[in-house]
Amino acid sequence: MPKDSGIGASSKRREDVRFLTGAGNYTDDINVHGQAYVHFLRSDIAHGRIKSIDTSAAEGMPGVVKVFTGKDFEGVGGMPCGWEVTDKHGAPMQEPPHPILAQGKVRHVGDPIAAVVADSLEQARDAAEVIDLDIEELPAVMNMKAAAQDGSTLVHDDLKNNICYDWQLGETDDAKVDEVFANAAHVTTLDLVNNRLVANPMEPRVAVGEYKRGTDEYTLFTTSQNPHVIRLLMCAFVLGLPEHKVCVVAPDVGGGFGTKIFHYAEEAFCTFAAKACNRPVKWTSSRSEAFMSDAHGRDHVSKIELALDADNNFIGLRTNTYANLGAYLSTFSSSVPTWLHGTLMAGNYKTPVIQVNVKAMFTNTVPVDAYRGAGRPEATYQLERVVDKAARELGVDPIALRRQNFVTQFPYDTPVALTYDTGDYNGTMDKLEAAADLAGFAARRAQSEANGKLRGLGVNCYIEACGIAPSNIVGMLGARAGLYDAATVRVNATGSISVMVGAHSHGQGHETAFPQVVADMIGIDESMVEIVHGDTSKIPFGMGTYGSRSLAVCGSAMVKATEKVIEKAKRIAAHLLEASEADIELKDGQFSVAGTDKSVAWGDVTLTAYVPHNYPLEVEPGLEETAFYDPANFTFPAGAYACEVEVDPETGQVTIEAFTAADDFGNIVNPMIVDGQVHGGIGQGIGQALLENCAYDENGQLLSASFMDYAMPRADDVPFYGVDHSSQTPCTHNPLGVKGCGEAGAIGSPPAVVNAVLDALNSGGKAVDHIDMPVSPSRVWAAMNS
Amino acid sequence: MTKVSMTVNGKTVSGDVEGRTLLSGFLRDHLNLTGTHVGCDTAQCGACVVHVNGEAVKSCNMLALEADGADVGTIEGQANADGSLNVIQQAFQDHHGLQCGFCTPGMVMSAAALLKENPRPTEAEVRKYLEGNLCRCTGYHNIVKAIMAASGQDVSSIAAE
Repeated sequence: MPKDSGIGASSKRREDVRFLTGAGNYTDDINVHGQAYVHFLRSDIAHGRIKSIDTSAAEGMPGVVKVFTGKDFEGVGGMPCGWEVTDKHGAPMQEPPHPILAQGKVRHVGDPIAAVVADSLEQARDAAEVIDLDIEELPAVMNMKAAAQDGSTLVHDDLKNNICYDWQLGETDDAKVDEVFANAAHVTTLDLVNNRLVANPMEPRVAVGEYKRGTDEYTLFTTSQNPHVIRLLMCAFVLGLPEHKVCVVAPDVGGGFGTKIFHYAEEAFCTFAAKACNRPVKWTSSRSEAFMSDAHGRDHVSKIELALDADNNFIGLRTNTYANLGAYLSTFSSSVPTWLHGTLMAGNYKTPVIQVNVKAMFTNTVPVDAYRGAGRPEATYQLERVVDKAARELGVDPIALRRQNFVTQFPYDTPVALTYDTGDYNGTMDKLEAAADLAGFAARRAQSEANGKLRGLGVNCYIEACGIAPSNIVGMLGARAGLYDAATVRVNATGSISVMVGAHSHGQGHETAFPQVVADMIGIDESMVEIVHGDTSKIPFGMGTYGSRSLAVCGSAMVKATEKVIEKAKRIAAHLLEASEADIELKDGQFSVAGTDKSVAWGDVTLTAYVPHNYPLEVEPGLEETAFYDPANFTFPAGAYACEVEVDPETGQVTIEAFTAADDFGNIVNPMIVDGQVHGGIGQGIGQALLENCAYDENGQLLSASFMDYAMPRADDVPFYGVDHSSQTPCTHNPLGVKGCGEAGAIGSPPAVVNAVLDALNSGGKAVDHIDMPVSPSRVWAAMNS
Repeated sequence: MTKVSMTVNGKTVSGDVEGRTLLSGFLRDHLNLTGTHVGCDTAQCGACVVHVNGEAVKSCNMLALEADGADVGTIEGQANADGSLNVIQQAFQDHHGLQCGFCTPGMVMSAAALLKENPRPTEAEVRKYLEGNLCRCTGYHNIVKAIMAASGQDVSSIAAE
């Protein structure tokens, strides 16, 4: 029987009511009395030297408060990068400055050059039209391999070249890797592109800066996944403000998917300008602006080689990747192609020798950073594509080839720096085979063929490292922050509970799922527990929501804090019951003395904590505890996905006929929410595989800068999905045994789709072994007819 | 500035707007009805869908002045008279048809318009009708399911929660 409350119950989401009635409070819904509006004048060329900016006409336009250019920020810090990667020779990455407004050069279409603050947004836009710019256009650096050559035009004149770092992980001895490949019975090689994507949460970014002169206090309302991170970065590295004078509020946030992790120039600008103009300053991104200012995702060009012995065991893997970082280092950009990508190249397999090589490149494009999965989709896509290609070349069943090479003993130390604590990849694959009815595929293929269509099946695995992350480990790897999280459990006198958490909910349903945990631990109704998040003045210093970490890390902090509360409450109960503390049991909201019928209710104990008349003198009054939790390891969700497609041989049109996911997320708090997370991830993965492509021309013009040009998945592009998460190997090192589920769908699905398309084409007699994403009808048709 | 008057959720309202003021801007900025969201600038995303004289309209694609004298319905006017969720809203909650909530007002308004003209749509009809409404969170699974459930159809055989 499904549970109807607490851990394991599909509790309906309490936050839905406000969203369904138009009563949400998103950042653009916030208007501060007296606010002015900023419009950013952005570069319409990819690369150029600023010769002059004349703002005098704009300053005289109606309603204009002030016009800012790069000169106004010469004494201010630039946008920081939060992760220093060390290259394979031991040198730190090249780290160019990233000014709030362009200084000297513009480096991508969308780079902000000037900012007009005016009484109305329309007035600000009108005034920006009359700013006179003289910019000498320079050649755009667009192709990563060309950009790596000596003599290439430099994106940053002060750097020695366009290579941010040349990084390596795994086997450092090239000769040893060469030897493995030389001795292999079979080598499969694949060149592929992981297409550049735009995260496109439906809510564009917004920032409202406010300054109170009387108290010298700032408030920034912003669309962020991690308000404390924004406050720290903005205060300590950009504007030089004391944190205790700055409050950052991220209210209801309309989706993030990674792109709202980062600290953006517009946030720092609005905070700075609020004081400079002595008025609140609001910025609301248009969607067109979002395309050229939100950090993009993916954009890797890779070569992967898999070596197998005569028995089809994987014996070696080597990758060479060019990773696009864009024009500047976004907050966590440097970590994505390295520690979030190279470390996952072992996948679910016990390949003994692995070497990962990554050159990270500066180009005249929008900065690239984490997007749902962040590095792990890029790793999974390479690996699961090359394994399928190997199976095709060897004429073996792709599922059997995978099973043969699965890691089956845990803990397992990979050759690329991770220790998988637990998993059951065969068990998960068994679940998939049943849930997707793979035994019935041949009949479905025959039916499709009878209808003149080609049908293909793509099956693949994935593993991801989530719950980021142990601070001591990430510190060694270059992170300039800890990655713990924090929770404060405040029990009110009458027994209701407010839990202040560092995690931020922007679609994940924390307001429902987190109370399920606390209520379950105490044995009270979920409605007695409320989650407070998103406001640095209310919550403890937590690192926010990304990397499928909220429940695994912040949830663990919440459990620890609740345990402290229960421990203290038991001491109070022991006093009230005149019993030994060791004999006190808590069940269903009642403290009782073991072996007796003496008990006292939760609410009586909490009231006693705040009205401590009959009270143990050695115990402090009140009932409020905070815990910080720093995980001992990453968590390792893993799964197996199956996609069935039909290809129309006349047009190359691909339709997704079925998609089934079998995931092992460890323990699950709210199955309904977990399913929803998987659905959403799969939707985005299908989008990447079939539809989405952020395209630039050779001059650096952004060709896909609106929803007219960038093909977002729509309701009729996707099917109903089958989701099975009954394979559960609980995480061994966090108190809930949870692993995280937010990114899995986006990680596991692109290779399933592409492998299915290739399977369909090969079944139709077309020996096609590769098509790059997005697998558009024109690409499929061209591949079939080449 | 030009004076514009209309009925919004049953109340007569008016305001002075510029010729370029969009209906979405009038609702949000003049009437403080911020449930109508703006997610794009090319009339693609559908977060701003409202009802104008009973038809689903993208309010970012209509000037406020064009709605002069019209009967406008927004998400704020959708709940039952006692404040409880209406059938569509309740189905969205029951079937987890929303995550971040940003596209949700437009989805609910579009769903209402669909069910008005097609009271028992098939899955394919729902998906086709929602072409003008983007959601980035749900992969559409539970939105389609919720709308079919709101139409009185049994959705228990559709996979997953």
